[in-house]
Amino acid sequence: MTLESWGRYPKSTSTDIVHFSWPFSELPKDRKSFISHGQGRSYGDACLNNSGTVLSTKLLNRLISFNSETGLLRCEAGISLSDILKFSVPLGWFLPVTPGTKFVSIGGAIANDIHGKNHHVSGNFGHHVEQFELLRSDGQRLICSPKKNSEYFYATIGGLGLTGLIIWADVRLKKISGPFIKMDSIKFSSLKEFFEISRASDKDSEYTVAWLDCVASGDQFGRGIFMKGDHSDRKGRDKDAYKSGFLTVPFDFPNWALNSTSVKAFNTLYYNKQQTKSVTKTVHYDPFFYPLDSVSNWNRIYGKDGFLQFQCIVPKVDGEEAINLILKEIVSAQSASFLAVLKEFGDKESLGLMSFPREGITLCLDFAFRGEETLKLFRKLHDIVFDNGGAIYPAKDACMTENEFRSCFPKLQEFTKYVDPKFCSDLWRRVTDK
Amino acid sequence: MSRKIVIFGATSAMAMESAKIWATRKSELCLIARSKEKLEVLKKDLITRGALKVSILTSDLSEIQKHQEILSKVYTDLPELDTVLIAYGTLSDQKKCQKSSEETLSELTINFLSVISLVTNLANHFEKRGQGDIAVITSVAGDRGRQSNYVYGTAKGGLSIFLQGLRNRFGKTKINIIDIRPGFTDTPMTADIQKGPLFVSAAVVGKGIVEAIDKKKEIVYLPWFWRFIMLIIRSIPESIFKKMSL
Repeated sequence: MTLESWGRYPKSTSTDIVHFSWPFSELPKDRKSFISHGQGRSYGDACLNNSGTVLSTKLLNRLISFNSETGLLRCEAGISLSDILKFSVPLGWFLPVTPGTKFVSIGGAIANDIHGKNHHVSGNFGHHVEQFELLRSDGQRLICSPKKNSEYFYATIGGLGLTGLIIWADVRLKKISGPFIKMDSIKFSSLKEFFEISRASDKDSEYTVAWLDCVASGDQFGRGIFMKGDHSDRKGRDKDAYKSGFLTVPFDFPNWALNSTSVKAFNTLYYNKQQTKSVTKTVHYDPFFYPLDSVSNWNRIYGKDGFLQFQCIVPKVDGEEAINLILKEIVSAQSASFLAVLKEFGDKESLGLMSFPREGITLCLDFAFRGEETLKLFRKLHDIVFDNGGAIYPAKDACMTENEFRSCFPKLQEFTKYVDPKFCSDLWRRVTDK
Repeated sequence: MSRKIVIFGATSAMAMESAKIWATRKSELCLIARSKEKLEVLKKDLITRGALKVSILTSDLSEIQKHQEILSKVYTDLPELDTVLIAYGTLSDQKKCQKSSEETLSELTINFLSVISLVTNLANHFEKRGQGDIAVITSVAGDRGRQSNYVYGTAKGGLSIFLQGLRNRFGKTKINIIDIRPGFTDTPMTADIQKGPLFVSAAVVGKGIVEAIDKKKEIVYLPWFWRFIMLIIRSIPESIFKKMSL
């Protein structure tokens, strides 16, 4: 059987899929290697295990308990953030940290120690996990927390699913008044202006992120729209802002559909749609956090060859210059898509040995996969990132080298001690000598 | 709307998803399946979501002689029972069935006869009470016999005919008979089949089941596009169909 990750590159060749659907289930004895696969939203090969076994946790998706006084939720690891929101928002609780899609599992959120628009305030997802159960291939079930089996706790947060299978987790939710976000959109015309707005906004807004035009050149180089938001006090019934499946990409777009002309046109329209410098409005949390979730299978717009997502972080020192260099490279390649975001991470130290978030500036954007041409561009971008002491996000990655991976994660060697001998992914094979 | 529901085969992927929705609507549920361990896990989820009451009964429903006993427990647990969902079944191994009539009969017992036994009793119970909704998960496979799974198809198709008769019998009453026909669904039952674009999640089907019962539908294809796929499949002349590899 074949399986795809969200970026559909690299392609899986043959995988044995086993449903791991109950917390008390055992790992099958007769298989060589495992990796868990929740919603399959990792972009590259972190959730693939060619010629091995993939443990699907799609149906390991139940709630176990919820304390409505403290907001502590215990749930199985395969449940999606979307399902949690459906349950918790009507009760006045929100995810402590959420990425740009709600279609990821709790297990995936822990294994990639995901971050969101509130990194500068709340850190990563791992900061809000109190404990979890980890099933090892020798059948041991470890309850892991900062106090108990703490070495496995810190290795599993950001551990790319390699330390075993997370069965359930305790997550602390965040109290809210209602499903709305009060947001401001502010246009900026240069990277310099972005950094000014960002530094001022991070002091008073819980959520900040910017959309960046990655094809505009000349005077328009570095333009974009900065978005900041906070939970609104406005009460209201939570209703799905989007009817799921209302918009869908039913088939693969042809390769020529996305080209520099169509992206340029889109970006210019998007940038100019907002006519004033700054706009304030109150919106449902769905369009604020998850604009792309309204289109099912949006990954098909990149055609059947799939796409690569580039997400790097560079340290704050000389970071502005590094981002400037990276953006110049991207603009001159004229192959970026319209989905590009820029954000400054705060100084909260990540818990996981292998967590990606660290203080600095993160840039994230998609490139339709066009073979060697795309890989060449990625090599150039990686060079700038690593020359500046930066890192690449493994959840998005499909082409980091072994050396690059090692320089992203100074604690790699310590982490390796806790990797389960029977857990492996295509990514892990690629970046280690396994 | 809050319901008082019994689910036979409550730990099937689709039924669990429906149960979660009913739980958030503060329903009372009686869950029946073989594994107590699984039922306990599901019960915790439903209570957390807001179910007013969840009772569990373990039983192997292919043992028809035990149906009476199980049903009386259900009627005691939920005296105001108003909704039934029958969600259990096995995806028969066609090759094995072809070779052995014993295998075929055992598949038909689980997927067809045992369901008929339950529904007959439940329908009479609702007839006395004057109302109730009975939903049974059949399959698009019951719409036409195909070489790849006609034993399973026979059981499901037979059920659909039975439900049709029942619906006609209760056509002028407040008793609704709902025939749910899912297409390809990504569940443990189909774990060994390569997933194509027509596959949907158990959650999509689970939600469809709840809506079909709310709207008192008669025959529901899930998702909706299967109605048209099966319309085409059914309209192929038999002389051509018999030569196709389906």
